[in-house]
Amino acid sequence: MKRALSPAETPQVGRSLPRLESWLKVTGRAEYVHNLRLPGMLYGRIFRSSVAHGRIRRLDVSAAQAVGGVHRVVSAADLKGIVPDPYYGPAFHDQPVLAVDKVRYVGEPVAVVLAADPHVAEEAAHLIVAEYEELPAVYDELEAMTSKAIVHDALKPAGTFPDLKHLKGRTGTNVALDFHLRRGDAAQALAAADRVFEHRFRTQQVMHTPLEPLVSVAESTDSSLTIHTASQSPSFVRIEVARLLGWPENRIRVRVPFLGGGFGAKLYIKLEALVAVLSLLTRRAVKISLTMEEQFFTITKHASSFRIKSGVTRDGRICARECEVWWNGGAYADIGPRVTQKSGFTAAGPYDIEHVAIDSYALYTNLPPAGALRGFGIPQLVWAYECHTDMMARELGIDPIEFRRRNLLRDGRPQATGTLMRDAAIEKVLDRLAVLLEWNRPFDRGTGVVRRGRGIAIGFKACVSPTTSLAAVNVNGDGSCIVYCSTVDMGQGSDTAMAQIAGEVLHLPAETVRVVHSDTDVTPYDMATLGSRSLFHMGNAVKLAAEDALKKLNQLKSELQMPPDAAIPEIFKKKYGMQAGNVVGTGSFIPSYAPPDYATGLTSDATPFWMVGGSGVEIEVDTETGRVRVARLVNVADVGTPINPKIVETQLSGAAIMQLGFTLFEKMLFDEHGQLRNASLAEYKIPGFLDMPEEIINEAVSAEQRSGPFGAKGVGETGTFGVSPAIANAIHDAVGVRLTVLPLNPESIFMELQKAK
Amino acid sequence: MARSLQLSLTVNGEAVELSCAGYKTLLEVLREDLGLTGTKHGCELGECGACAVLIDGTPQLSCLVLAAECEGRAVETVEGLSRGAELHPLQAAFADLGAAQCGYCTPGILMTAKALLDNERMPDRERIKEAVSGNLCRCTGYQQIFEAIEEAARRLEHESHR
Repeated sequence: MKRALSPAETPQVGRSLPRLESWLKVTGRAEYVHNLRLPGMLYGRIFRSSVAHGRIRRLDVSAAQAVGGVHRVVSAADLKGIVPDPYYGPAFHDQPVLAVDKVRYVGEPVAVVLAADPHVAEEAAHLIVAEYEELPAVYDELEAMTSKAIVHDALKPAGTFPDLKHLKGRTGTNVALDFHLRRGDAAQALAAADRVFEHRFRTQQVMHTPLEPLVSVAESTDSSLTIHTASQSPSFVRIEVARLLGWPENRIRVRVPFLGGGFGAKLYIKLEALVAVLSLLTRRAVKISLTMEEQFFTITKHASSFRIKSGVTRDGRICARECEVWWNGGAYADIGPRVTQKSGFTAAGPYDIEHVAIDSYALYTNLPPAGALRGFGIPQLVWAYECHTDMMARELGIDPIEFRRRNLLRDGRPQATGTLMRDAAIEKVLDRLAVLLEWNRPFDRGTGVVRRGRGIAIGFKACVSPTTSLAAVNVNGDGSCIVYCSTVDMGQGSDTAMAQIAGEVLHLPAETVRVVHSDTDVTPYDMATLGSRSLFHMGNAVKLAAEDALKKLNQLKSELQMPPDAAIPEIFKKKYGMQAGNVVGTGSFIPSYAPPDYATGLTSDATPFWMVGGSGVEIEVDTETGRVRVARLVNVADVGTPINPKIVETQLSGAAIMQLGFTLFEKMLFDEHGQLRNASLAEYKIPGFLDMPEEIINEAVSAEQRSGPFGAKGVGETGTFGVSPAIANAIHDAVGVRLTVLPLNPESIFMELQKAK
Repeated sequence: MARSLQLSLTVNGEAVELSCAGYKTLLEVLREDLGLTGTKHGCELGECGACAVLIDGTPQLSCLVLAAECEGRAVETVEGLSRGAELHPLQAAFADLGAAQCGYCTPGILMTAKALLDNERMPDRERIKEAVSGNLCRCTGYQQIFEAIEEAARRLEHESHR
């Protein structure tokens, strides 16, 4: 790289710049936590519960401890001196570092074997014996509403979220949050409607399967702790581990290099508290890297049930809607209560409906915990309301696109919460879908065994709020620039986007801007890399920080009586008499927010921005096998004004293909004892090269998010919204059967075809 | 603990002598004994393809191969793919076209694709699909990977005409 940096000739924002770290990734040199080995490091192997709900009667680790090379076997009893109250979680302090007295799902960590050789640790872990007094268990989210099997004896809200406070100490319930929204009078409007439609839908439990399994390493001294972790939320890890240990934050350092995929799996605390206490206990560095199988026992996506009921007027206007959603959160709440509320308030869909009632429930069950997965609950909701929309349109004899157009939530109109829609290009997304699918052209419906169909769906999401991002931009004596931010690049291209934003402000080519990876000793606070929030929140913070640096440079110029076009190195040279010094700009961003009223769910300021995404498909159904082949997949999104159009496109296609897996085949299969039967990529199939649609089109509509950095907003999840219902709608279009439960695998399609005969 | 084995093999063109436990996989030996962490471990059950390397020019899942089986054989990993300071056309095309996102599956796919392009000049998309179908990627949606392999084939073809 040339030492002298010339001002960028072209705008940095809007460039399809390849990811800045590409060279590292194609040469195998990118840093991941899996590559880290520290002197004297011990490897931990977790011994897990074999029952879904039970009291631990006996735990015998003697045989494991006796294996040559085993350093120590650790269970909850050993942790008391270090963590008096070993429960963590972002919404509830409900999850123990290791099971205390009780286990609540098959696969819950009970003990850890530590050894310098991971093979020894693994072998010894098999020799641990646990005996349980089994308790009644509950697996289904609807049953959990009334079940006598209670997962937690008393609820322990973390205190972070005001709408959970009323649950403190509550006993005899599995409900970890009940969110209610009441707009107008849905019951009365339904009674008065010309037509009423009611349907029920379900989604299955699935898993993120990042190809880099979860991994954390901790090293400690008597007064400090460093955690190297594949985490999307280093700031949260530091705060939560500090709370558990009763330490000030500055004694804990959390470092995050690149992530081999995240998708929401690597949020909040996963292995970090465990490796931290193990390191403090043994005074050694400790590493735990999960196997692919163990990831299924760590974090998943909520299974859900949805009852939706709509009233429609004679002219095809939806006048009322009732939504009841039940989220299967598994044994620990993780971020499930936020999913329940933040997605819950959009459950009525992107439609202008006067009377809306929403009830959304987070439920504990005896299954592996569920949290955030690329969409934060939105894909589950869109699945239901967009199948429902199509079913109504067909019943009413109205074209599905025309029916949607008649009911769209347009800019300036109030969403169900009462928040006015702004910069949400819902109509444009629908229009472009219709154009790209050539909706009005005659469509070949196939003959004989193979029938063809097409379908569309649109969805929207409110970005989670309120959340904070801070950033610093350092301009060195030679004019080069370093961005400090805690956004984690897990493949979404955030390093590149932040460099483009800083470069745009400082007139530097983005390739020359260096972005420092998350290190809580160095990079400022950020809520987390989640929910498509980073480009908007951190992008704004980086922009503010760069502008602050620029302002300080301009002040220096005028103090030193230099001309406005003076080069940056000249400013420093004049100030310090040599190439020395630097200027640090800082920026912090927190959008405005008004919490929803507890009783009505209404608020005037629910979100800083809306994401809009739609998909359309053309498919073929083999009526003899039930197999679906996606011939064409069109994804259209409002992402504001793209900072990097190429990366936007890859985010849309990547998200849509991930959702294709959740639509057509992925499903965690449990037996009647809550034991997962397919915890491997051989039995749990994710999309491969052979599952690709023949044609994929991704398009970002021309749009602007006025409050975003250079008009941009998040894109990571948008491609997931419409895929599942678009395919179900296309299956109905092709063969006339309606599937209401995901996944839409050949077996379920075939069974429905048999029923219809 | 198992007895140590003495092994001689070639890794990325360099002769390597090492001793390791007999139960160790090639993946473990590459990453832990030789410090070649470019090759990734994903599922360690032969299902994801993240650990693919070339053994005597053929793609193999290094998590399913014992190091002991590699006596006298030539192993190629992503670290050996570049030609000095210059990227291999596959690496360059993956970087240019956004085929590497999180980057975790990338080394395995690069090596599998190299074996394909070493043997076939301009494979069509069906052929590429077949060749790399044992490699999973959770980020990209595959589109850019196809495009990058096709682009690399074109660049290699162009090179051969120079």
